[in-house]
Amino acid sequence: MSDTIIVEVARFHPERDAEPSYESFEVPLRADWMVLDALTYIKDQLDGSLSFRWSCRMGICGSCGMMVNGVPKLTCETLLINFAPGPVRIGPLDHFPVVKDLVIEMDEFMGKLQKVRPWIVRKDDYVPKREFIQTPAQLDAFKQFTLCINCMLCYAACPVYGLDPSFTGPAAVALAERYNLDSRDQGSTERTDILSQHDGIWDCTVVGECSEVCPKDVDPSLAIQQYKLTATKDWFKTWLMPWGNK
Amino acid sequence: MPQYSTFQPKPYRPRMSPYWYLDRWPYLKFMVREASCIFVAYFAVVMLLQIHAISAGPAAYVRFQAWMRCPLILDLNAIALVLIVFHAVTWFALVPRVFVRQMMGSAIPDVVAMLPNYGAWFVASAIVAAFILRLI
Repeated sequence: MSDTIIVEVARFHPERDAEPSYESFEVPLRADWMVLDALTYIKDQLDGSLSFRWSCRMGICGSCGMMVNGVPKLTCETLLINFAPGPVRIGPLDHFPVVKDLVIEMDEFMGKLQKVRPWIVRKDDYVPKREFIQTPAQLDAFKQFTLCINCMLCYAACPVYGLDPSFTGPAAVALAERYNLDSRDQGSTERTDILSQHDGIWDCTVVGECSEVCPKDVDPSLAIQQYKLTATKDWFKTWLMPWGNK
Repeated sequence: MPQYSTFQPKPYRPRMSPYWYLDRWPYLKFMVREASCIFVAYFAVVMLLQIHAISAGPAAYVRFQAWMRCPLILDLNAIALVLIVFHAVTWFALVPRVFVRQMMGSAIPDVVAMLPNYGAWFVASAIVAAFILRLI
């Protein structure tokens, strides 16, 4: 096997280029290198102008998500050698505006997160004198959805988001579900009102790739389908029991 | 004094290709899953025509059988059968993602979640086969 690999990296300069193009670099192929190590090597040794985001290097911060051979991956936990003999093509996450090279703009995503009110909502003004008690079963109900690291790989894998950027998207719904299922929360009704809008859960056509690419097994597709069920039940309740409190 | 201009970002906004579903097998599988519902409707229409032919008398049913035996319809039915099986299997595979885990309250294996659907499919197929083979 060759001791080098060709890495094709998307390059885009916002003040010079009309659209991204790919530039090839030859980097060492080492058994313990991740794709992020290859990018770091390019930046340190070959072209210092290459721009990309990274931070923790251990699959926790969610900064280094990129398209690796067309599939959204966290580059810090994707082995380079798996793509030997190459070439391996690295691009910015699909469906997001590209700021420079591999850096995407995430303002829209942050707005969607905020929209679903991802915090514990209480109807009363009661300020507890001690912590809320939760049983292990109550914790298990939402724990899976707390594992989301906001890496946005699910958005890059979602063709619905690509075709309609107004779609709230997988991670935001998973986060909303995380708080809905939390026994301390009382904000599910207002979140359902937000997510039942046209650009909410009903845009999802169950492609399912959001769950496949999730590096933390959060299963956002499950969250969306559960939310559809909840919204449907609430809608029927308002028809059957219009006097009741949803 | 050097002249500096403030950074005016002009992000590149990508547009999806009209043929995006050809990029990766999971997307193509999704499109085939969705499009194959047409053949579900096709089989429903064939069944309605069959019921109509039965109710119209023996001569009409013989004509219907002759029509169903022509090579074009046989080929179409073979394609429809493959795509309907694909449609059913891919939808059954989604069941664990939709209802069962929430209804049961705790996680159960995907295979167990899909079993009731396959069970119902098998029973329905067995009843149809029994009618066709004149066992009942």
